[in-house]
Amino acid sequence: MRVSHYIKKWFPVFALPTFLCFILAFIVPFAMGLYLSFTSFRTVNDATWVGLDNYVRAFTQNGDFLASLWFTVKFTVVSVITVNVLGFTVAMLLTRAIRGRNVFRAVFFLPNLIGGIVLGYIWQLILNAILQAMFHQDLTYSATYGFWGLVILVNWQMVGYMMVIYIAGIQNIPTDVLEAADIDGARFRHKLFSVIIPMMAGSITICTFLTLSNCLKMFDQNLALTNGAPQNQSEGAALNIFRVFYKLRNQQGVGQAEAVIFFVFVAVVAYLQLRATRSKEVDA
Amino acid sequence: MSMSATLRAKRSAGSRLSSADAKARGKVFHVIAFWAFLVVSIIYLVPLLLVLVNSFKGNLFVSQTPFALPNSESFTAGQNYTDGLQKTGFFQALGVSVFITVCATLVIVLLTAMVAWYIARVKAWYTSVLYYLFVFSMVVPFQMVMFTMSKVANVTHLDNPIGMIVLYTGFGAGLSVFIYVGFIRSIPIDLEEAAMIDGASSWQVFFRVIFPILRPTAMTIAILNVMWIWNDFLLPYLVIGSQWKTIPVAVQSYMQGTYGAKDMGGFMAMLVLSIIPIIIFFLIGQKSIIKGVTAGAVKG
Repeated sequence: MRVSHYIKKWFPVFALPTFLCFILAFIVPFAMGLYLSFTSFRTVNDATWVGLDNYVRAFTQNGDFLASLWFTVKFTVVSVITVNVLGFTVAMLLTRAIRGRNVFRAVFFLPNLIGGIVLGYIWQLILNAILQAMFHQDLTYSATYGFWGLVILVNWQMVGYMMVIYIAGIQNIPTDVLEAADIDGARFRHKLFSVIIPMMAGSITICTFLTLSNCLKMFDQNLALTNGAPQNQSEGAALNIFRVFYKLRNQQGVGQAEAVIFFVFVAVVAYLQLRATRSKEVDA
Repeated sequence: MSMSATLRAKRSAGSRLSSADAKARGKVFHVIAFWAFLVVSIIYLVPLLLVLVNSFKGNLFVSQTPFALPNSESFTAGQNYTDGLQKTGFFQALGVSVFITVCATLVIVLLTAMVAWYIARVKAWYTSVLYYLFVFSMVVPFQMVMFTMSKVANVTHLDNPIGMIVLYTGFGAGLSVFIYVGFIRSIPIDLEEAAMIDGASSWQVFFRVIFPILRPTAMTIAILNVMWIWNDFLLPYLVIGSQWKTIPVAVQSYMQGTYGAKDMGGFMAMLVLSIIPIIIFFLIGQKSIIKGVTAGAVKG
């Protein structure tokens, strides 16, 4: 308590600078955003109260918002599963005594450092080249291409990142637990499902959470790879909000309402996921 | 003796007998795994190599024969890197990106450590409110505040590279504060108490006692923020995009530009140069980057 009392009066020095930035960059914009979702506006000064009108219009009038939300959900489900299965498998293999495993780990991790916009254009080049060679088509031809293109891209980007976290998790499993399983003559499949995976529930929670929230909020990659082509069919929710806001005429209120719905959706999903997987965690 | 115990005894005897066998099988497995990973790694790097190869080819050849290696007809030497880059405005963008990323990261590393220490050590209602506000801000997608934040930035004249430091500190504080607070709470308070009894000011306690202990965590936070800010697109695009372009904004606006034909060769050169700083960063700090990213994820 001495320390608490001692530094309490130094709020202006220690806490105020960050707090002021936080007010300017988060608290005020968030509160304003919430308010504006119930108004019709173009600039901020001309906002007029319209109640829940924007929320109704988000689902009825533009139509695309629900479709984009569905696109995001499908994309997230597929990607969370593939990224985590691949990341976990690679981590299991690269914790064995394989020659050059550190180089392989580095190769898998590297794409994660490249930003979404640059990644999107790299994969646009490759996927278009492949589609051109095989079917004389490109990414704008069908939303299916855009969907799977995005899945491939996000796997390339995130498998190495998840691998690194899973490797840390595998290295934290006490060796005596694994030895005990070996002495019991457990087959690999039993060891994996009854020992390794339960012991790694913590890493699985983290990795699922990270992939889940990154995929739900995916924007840059979506914008650079297809920008919704063809006709906004390969458009995720984040990109849809951006388009409604900045590309359609006089729809800012609807865009802001969509953003609020999107925020609530992301928060609820993240909370449910954390609660579901945390309950399965065990201690070593 | 029960059934299962007998079985277990049999199995372990069996596994001991075949242990030489298992070792040989393990060796074969490791050799096969090595070659498999070698092939997969090369395939994994193909996207980057493809961009590199195409950056030495003429404009038309990039879109017509993307998989071909440069030949006497398509090879343009360094022309994409000299002409093309001028059109894309790459070097101005590099300057803006470096300035904002370095300054904002340094400010975040220092300022959020200070506020985190205050939150972790001062027991009061307002410190827990502040803490939960910071945690809350981590969940909010940027789309929720994109418009209003750019309006606030406009009114308060933060719509310039220096103002961006303020915005990044505010919007990025959540994760950094969360990680710092978690770590500070695990440090015994005795050290600070001892220093204070010796007459150190809180300023001195923070910089001489706390901040040195925080160094590994500060490294984690620096790496996470560099990766985020360097690659961030929407915030700089909306707030300062019309006057100052960071690399992702320059890349995007070059491809979105409607005027004239796009110089794909120049664009490839631009992609290569925007990846090179990242590879250098990775090669220099590989160990701490992987450690930082893991620690950040585990604590986050």
